[in-house]
Amino acid sequence: MTKVYCIGEGLYTPLGSTVDTVLEAVREGKSARLFDRSGYSGASFFEHIALEASRNALKGIEITPGTGFVLSTTKGNVEHIGKEDISLAASAARIAGALGIKTKPIVVSNACISGIAALLQGVRMIRSGEYDKVIVTGAEVHSDFIHSGFDCLKALSPEPCRPFDKDREGLNLGEAAAAIVLSSCHSEPSSCHSEPSSCHSERSEESFEISDGVIRNDANHISGPSRTGEGSYKCLRYVMENVRKEDIAFISVHGTATPYNDEMESVALYRAGLSDVPINALKGNFGHTLGAAGILEAIVSMAALEKGIVLPTKGFHEMGVTYPVNVSALERPASGKLIIKLLSGFGGVNGAMVFRKGGAQ
Amino acid sequence: MKAVSIPSGTNLTALYRELVGDYPKFFKMDTLSKLGFLLTEMLLQGTEGRFTPREDRAVLVFSRNGSLANDINYAKRMEDFPSPALFVYTLPNIVAGEISIRNKYEGETSAYVLENYDRQLIESIVREAFQDRITRDAIVAWIDCRSDSEWTAQAWIETK
Repeated sequence: MTKVYCIGEGLYTPLGSTVDTVLEAVREGKSARLFDRSGYSGASFFEHIALEASRNALKGIEITPGTGFVLSTTKGNVEHIGKEDISLAASAARIAGALGIKTKPIVVSNACISGIAALLQGVRMIRSGEYDKVIVTGAEVHSDFIHSGFDCLKALSPEPCRPFDKDREGLNLGEAAAAIVLSSCHSEPSSCHSEPSSCHSERSEESFEISDGVIRNDANHISGPSRTGEGSYKCLRYVMENVRKEDIAFISVHGTATPYNDEMESVALYRAGLSDVPINALKGNFGHTLGAAGILEAIVSMAALEKGIVLPTKGFHEMGVTYPVNVSALERPASGKLIIKLLSGFGGVNGAMVFRKGGAQ
Repeated sequence: MKAVSIPSGTNLTALYRELVGDYPKFFKMDTLSKLGFLLTEMLLQGTEGRFTPREDRAVLVFSRNGSLANDINYAKRMEDFPSPALFVYTLPNIVAGEISIRNKYEGETSAYVLENYDRQLIESIVREAFQDRITRDAIVAWIDCRSDSEWTAQAWIETK
């Protein structure tokens, strides 16, 4: 099967706009969930941050007629509801147009797993052979609409969130944009114009491969996670078919810090036989960035593995889930060559994706 | 290939009573989910082995407007005391979740938003979804709910 590589990564977050800056901020235990919007006067902050992250990911990469575009978001321009056309399709078309994309944009809006679902869509588009590159951009901005919804669900923590901690009280909402450019070639631009096998470049050493990905439904409840972690467990079981446990450097869990989510993930990891594998959660740094979360957390995790580290889980102090899990409270060295990213969301959806370090088999 | 549709403006409660009648969760659903639920009932009733949990059938829902109709309902109530249930339906994929719960589909579920009803693009995305190693077929639906009384709703099954 065609191998699919991450050939460009771009961020636009309240913690910084380059992968290095953001990685260092997370290592230092910093947290920033909302943008300072002073100085911005455009029509759509959502589209603005999506574009910024996309452009950062596309540095040095050429848009070809066969470049696809997938947008991951839950609510897009919802802050402007009642005032203008807030359809996600219209946003995607404007972003794609501004980037110079010629193919038809696709929006994946699959609740909190949108990021993994959109990356999986991008991977499949490359494997179909109909696209030579796909840019997958996830973005979410904070709004009264989203705040009100999570507030009435009683899912918001009054304090900074504490993933997997015994005193966790809920999640914090965040906003961010993140983008990954996918290709069957390791690299850009000139070295790669024909068969994937002829792609050779310096970057091939470091490009991560997305070697697998999956979505499964709990078929249980539209807003409550399964008590048996059914969908998340099935996702892990699926990706573990092609992963040796000792190769996993760490699992970047969803870790929203709601009592139910973290408990559910501990059940799923236990059932999958992964209780002793290092896990971490980044929601303490960024908050829950919804449609951006999967892509943002994947990029930061890949950068961490490149540096040979497992990032700390900000907010975690004392184990607060029933089943054993190996939470990284502090930064520690990583051994292994791949990362699994996990997400779960409303509608009973769960996702898992495998990011394999360049050159690793 | 069997395909079903529900004309815009159909009385959905009457259709529910005619087709099902014993699934009270129907009444808390938003219009988008009601349409998805009823379309799959029309597609699947009488199918052998229905309601046995399965992981090999995907549910892929497409539209232009996503959950917009219910977003507007929620925004109108935001100032008062909106119900958590109403908020959950402000996501385009909840309809796929409702179909999964009803039919015990534990496979892939996803919601896509496209600029318009583009059958060719939908077919490509469905074919791409068949790259999953377990998925063997998919319930595919185009449900574009413009308001609680105006929609396009059709569904069919595609096999790998």
